[in-house]
Amino acid sequence: MNCELAETTIHGYFDGELDAVRSAEFERHLERCAECQSVLEGIGSLHTQLQQSDLYEHASPELRDRIRKQLAQATGTGRVSAGQWRRWFLMPAFGALAASAAVIAIMLLVVPSHRPSTLTAELIDAHVRSLQPGHLMDVESTDQHTVKPWFDGKLDFIPPVADYAAQGFPLVGGRLDVVDGHNVAALVYSRRKHYINVFVWPYREKESVSDSSGSRQGYNWVTWQSGDMQFCLVSDAGLSDLRELKNFIHQ
Amino acid sequence: MPATMVKQIEAWETSDVLDPQDRIRFEQLVLPHLDSAANLARWMLRNRADSDDVVQEATLRAYRFFGRFHGGDARAWLLQIVRNTCYTWLQKNRPSELMTEFDEEVHQRPAANPETLATQADDRQRLMSALESLSPRFREVLVLRELEGCSYKEIGEITGIPIGTVMSTLSRARERLRQTLTGAAGATAKEAS
Repeated sequence: MNCELAETTIHGYFDGELDAVRSAEFERHLERCAECQSVLEGIGSLHTQLQQSDLYEHASPELRDRIRKQLAQATGTGRVSAGQWRRWFLMPAFGALAASAAVIAIMLLVVPSHRPSTLTAELIDAHVRSLQPGHLMDVESTDQHTVKPWFDGKLDFIPPVADYAAQGFPLVGGRLDVVDGHNVAALVYSRRKHYINVFVWPYREKESVSDSSGSRQGYNWVTWQSGDMQFCLVSDAGLSDLRELKNFIHQ
Repeated sequence: MPATMVKQIEAWETSDVLDPQDRIRFEQLVLPHLDSAANLARWMLRNRADSDDVVQEATLRAYRFFGRFHGGDARAWLLQIVRNTCYTWLQKNRPSELMTEFDEEVHQRPAANPETLATQADDRQRLMSALESLSPRFREVLVLRELEGCSYKEIGEITGIPIGTVMSTLSRARERLRQTLTGAAGATAKEAS
């Protein structure tokens, strides 16, 4: 390897970790450096292979079960604060009540928390599906004034559509998708060689997902609620990229 | 209040104890990252039975130390504990794997043998073997970046690698993985001719 940039900087560029100035500098260099072009292609194809080979190992239901039991045990053997203990010790009846209230509170909080995880799993599936040949876009256009009217009459809401090409996230199109039995709008943006699906649907209280982000099977997602809409970004692009796009959508 | 009880309470006051509120916070903030914990440990230890034990132990440790978690990135915080528990486990059970931690040569562990790799036609198997043949130091940054999608800052936090060195470590790890894979491809080609 002769080019110094092909050894380290190129990785920061690929991973979206360079600041705007260094990134632009590297892009200028990339145009005339054949070595960097080929190395970048190599990094990209390795990344794709790793993403597509289903290497992510999830926690098994047995492991989750073991951990829940263990935590219950750890709590049961006195892992409560001293103040609490003193109160319970002095007021047994109140203590019993408080304990059952705590158990109910835990159940209420824990049970619905399965909901967002299945929803994000569905959205990630929808993202993966969209990457199959011919599935990404129903309307292919970089013009927000073409994409937005296209949704008109196809959905009972109008998703906000804007192009962020100047900020590094060009709009490439949109399509209808179905998630959890409901129609959702999917806007497609590109980020370098990655596609980002922006799913938008009217906020429904029963399935609201609090603002959160995470990774699953190598895909990243960021979800939040704004006004009466719920947004979810899904992509194999980095979380930092997704958060950046979220900020632009918010503005 | 009996004297023994008072003593007991004093002991609880000085150790890391959680009240039910903390338990709920722990379940909401930390447990959603169990997949990430399982994934990292599985790749660090290269087998499921051992990694499940380590994840269980690490989660309990996280629970005990939860009082010291002052907000921020709960996934990175949990993964840091999982990673440390993995290294402790390796030190105790497979110290030889850590001897080569900073050795940048491709290790000729059985799984990394090009001929073994060549016979594994399946791409997934091939990638798995190649990844598993790397040193733990390289494996962890690749898993965190490529499978877990961590930022460099998060990788630094989890692994303790200085943030300025994450990029070059990742660069060397990717290069090593590429070499292992093309080495295997070369062997396949040779066998076929």
